[in-house]
Amino acid sequence: MRPFSYQRATDPGMAVQALGGAAAANEPLTKAAAQPLAGGTTLIDLMKLDVMRPTAIVDIGPLAHAWSAIAPGGDGLRLGALAKMSDVAAHAEIQRSYPVIADSLKLAASAQLRNMATLGGNVMQRTRCNYFRDVSYENCNKRNPGSGCAAMDGVNRMHAVLGTSDQCIATYPGDFAQALIALDAMVEITGKAGTRSMPFAQLHKAPGSTPDIETVLQPGELISAFSIQGRWPRSVYLKARDRQSYEFALSSAAIALDVQDGTIRDARVALGGVATVPWRAREAEALLKGQKFDDGLAQRVADAAFAEAKGRRHNSFKIALGKRVVARALQQAVTMEI
Amino acid sequence: MPDKPGSRSSGFDRRAFMAGAAGSALIPITARAASEDARAPAAQDPSLPVEVTLRVNGKDKRLSIDARTTVLDALREHLKLTGSKKGCDHGQCGACTVLIDDRRVVSCLTLALAAEGQEITTVEGLATDDRLHPMQQAFIDNDAFQCGYCTPGQIMSAIACVKEGHAGSEADIREYMSGNICRCAAYPNIVAAVKQAAPEIMKG
Repeated sequence: MRPFSYQRATDPGMAVQALGGAAAANEPLTKAAAQPLAGGTTLIDLMKLDVMRPTAIVDIGPLAHAWSAIAPGGDGLRLGALAKMSDVAAHAEIQRSYPVIADSLKLAASAQLRNMATLGGNVMQRTRCNYFRDVSYENCNKRNPGSGCAAMDGVNRMHAVLGTSDQCIATYPGDFAQALIALDAMVEITGKAGTRSMPFAQLHKAPGSTPDIETVLQPGELISAFSIQGRWPRSVYLKARDRQSYEFALSSAAIALDVQDGTIRDARVALGGVATVPWRAREAEALLKGQKFDDGLAQRVADAAFAEAKGRRHNSFKIALGKRVVARALQQAVTMEI
Repeated sequence: MPDKPGSRSSGFDRRAFMAGAAGSALIPITARAASEDARAPAAQDPSLPVEVTLRVNGKDKRLSIDARTTVLDALREHLKLTGSKKGCDHGQCGACTVLIDDRRVVSCLTLALAAEGQEITTVEGLATDDRLHPMQQAFIDNDAFQCGYCTPGQIMSAIACVKEGHAGSEADIREYMSGNICRCAAYPNIVAAVKQAAPEIMKG
């Protein structure tokens, strides 16, 4: 690990100043010299691997007293960015009213990592692409812009089939983000000019020609909270993976439905493990609205969700797997007792 | 070990790093300039050791360490508490599991500086006088290890697993102990040990 200076931020203004003050103009956040430390489960890991090389660490742990609320209310839910994954997953009201959120968190990582990792850090986690994580591979457009992509014609079994570009096919690895994007969450961002909110769906950027730019956040900006309108008791997170526990998704689906008298009034479908960014399958949702559920509909919805998917040599199986995951998750959501 | 504390004199060449990272070479200076604002605490000079007090098994320990030192390295290399093991050093195997403020965490991904002011409990802090902790005794009773390397992490994790309320069934134990890898595959006996110790631990 390379040397860094360490400081603790005891209020948001101090954190924003310490993170933004050191930033060079037009520097992507992923390469910023000053990085925020929350749970550390991504940052310290990638620093040990020499993938991330910050020269200043700003420990935002002390902001937890203000930024870790788990607040379900009458008209929605607010989650502080520094709430721990384990605490949100174990919260009875989250399990009852937002099972897709509780399950996306519970099925991620290990008990130890969930005790450390925060919600804000979770959505900012970096890809698990081996060619990105291992600096002995020279060709990685995400790590070394313009160097090429070793995954494109490499062993790409774990890689994305949706949202890819000719520069990058790295999978967005998280689970929780799919729940957020399915539920039309807003993300609250604190920066120099104060606090602003925007749709969570606008946070991540598809790789395009700049895979090193992963989000719209600038150095000196921090996620401070997430919020969701309404309640979604009929929602599920289904995750298919190589092991039963403690593994990233090969394919996952976050589904939320509003069903009344057998008719689907609103439907949300988001996909994980198969795309370069948290992925909302709006074409699939459109097929569900106003319909009564049956197996044929589930199949058409699954087909629509993957209509634009492009497999490569080793990952085409994710298209067939992903469709089955969507169909099964829909079945579970329709039949669950709420 | 690339991040071994105090390794600067034995090979790390700061000058070469600064020359090699021209784009970011100015940054530490800028960061320090920003920290001169009265509201910001000083960011320390990365070439100097930092003073930190860790509370380990109920005792305060004052250390002078490289800022990069993890809790795991602070325990093993500076405090000679070698019960917590370094397996993968990347948060994947669970051998380094300790409790911080009664929550299980991987100490290899926790900076010692960030753990200041919190209560760290290691496997060395479990036994009282000559009596083993119920979970330690259960691991012996159930032959829940072979080589023993993962065992301190398994035991720390298992205690937290019980206290979290995740030891109600064998399926739950398996799921909530999945962050601790046992290369000898003593898993069935580990599950049996957790089941045995759970009632006594819940009794307090």
